[in-house]
Amino acid sequence: MTEVKKVPAKKVAVEDKEPSPWVTFTKGILKENGLFVMVLGMCPALAVTATFEGAFGMGILVMIVLTLTNISVSAIRKLVPNTVRIPSYVIIIATEVTILKMLVDAFAPALAQELGVFIALITVNCVVFGRAEAFASKNKVVLAALDGFGVALGFGLSLSIIGFVRELFGTGMIVLGKTLPLGFEYTIFQNLGLQKYAFSVLAQPPGAFLVIGFLLAGITAFRQRKGAKK
Amino acid sequence: MNLLAILISSMLINNIVLMQFLGLCSFFGISTKMKSVVGMSFAVIVVILLAALITYPIYYYVLIPLDIKYIDTIAFILVIASLVQLTELVIKRVSHSLYKALGVYLPLIATNCAVLGVALTNVASPQTYIEALTFALGSGLGYALIIITFTAIRMRLDAIAVPKALKGMPIALVTAGLMALAFMGLAGII
Repeated sequence: MTEVKKVPAKKVAVEDKEPSPWVTFTKGILKENGLFVMVLGMCPALAVTATFEGAFGMGILVMIVLTLTNISVSAIRKLVPNTVRIPSYVIIIATEVTILKMLVDAFAPALAQELGVFIALITVNCVVFGRAEAFASKNKVVLAALDGFGVALGFGLSLSIIGFVRELFGTGMIVLGKTLPLGFEYTIFQNLGLQKYAFSVLAQPPGAFLVIGFLLAGITAFRQRKGAKK
Repeated sequence: MNLLAILISSMLINNIVLMQFLGLCSFFGISTKMKSVVGMSFAVIVVILLAALITYPIYYYVLIPLDIKYIDTIAFILVIASLVQLTELVIKRVSHSLYKALGVYLPLIATNCAVLGVALTNVASPQTYIEALTFALGSGLGYALIIITFTAIRMRLDAIAVPKALKGMPIALVTAGLMALAFMGLAGII
């Protein structure tokens, strides 16, 4: 999980000592997208993206945990000795996840059911760890909060895209309001008649690997073409 | 459920990597060199088993009587982190060459979600201690089986011409997807 961490650490070191807040916030969404560019946090990306709503819900949870973790890690960065910093991150993240899990259990039981053990497993999500180690432990609280929120936004966006593709092509429609407590239930694309041609394996485990694999290939191809033009 | 059924289902049918998506970071991260992969699989089997051995009694004899089972994630991650440290010490003492071969991957097991995932799954559904241990063993073996075969395939992929955009991670993911498709066919065994 942590082996890929070296990359962001180097990037931050190369960049300006004090990057502007706006750059800090936006770089995590596209340029350093945790999932599609860094390929971190694969476990939730594959496991909870069978439906759009599950993926979206997971994105929101990761957003809360990542922003809070970055804030707390940054706030205590001068108090914690270097040697015990990793264990202290673990405790901070595990505590936040536990609180969050209790809240989800209470207010969105259907989402808790859908995500299952993966809510608890945000504790060992490498995107969260990576940002705490590579950014929050070296920067001021406000910047760390912005960085955490930006990266999490990018991560949640990627999850939602994968979930959208998998549910649309796997079942032929997108169901809203079933797992998230929206207060209404609505199905989009129901009248397109895609159900007949639904490729159900995409909504099942193998589809997760295939969809992410081809999305990554598409992004690589796009970037290569862009690079070639320059 | 009989033990053999649990072993087979946790190892092949509900394979921890391909079907439950646990331990994927190490799965894609280290599956390039066969030697370290074999060492890593061995270490993961040991740590998953030890973690199940310890977390199950902690859950049923400490957390439940004290009525604090909501802190299971925190308790388990602490157990796993110290366990990994302990395994590291023991391996260093017993076999220095194995310790050298595992290198950095040993401490990384602490953040391998397969270990925490199995520990949490074990207490989420009611089963006996022996069943939980069998499940842990099967999961560990399943992880080893998949990562070793996947590494073998991936080493061959390096040698052949792959479309430029698919090179590296994308083709690895597609390969894993095809493996998962093949494993879905095993669902009928039990």
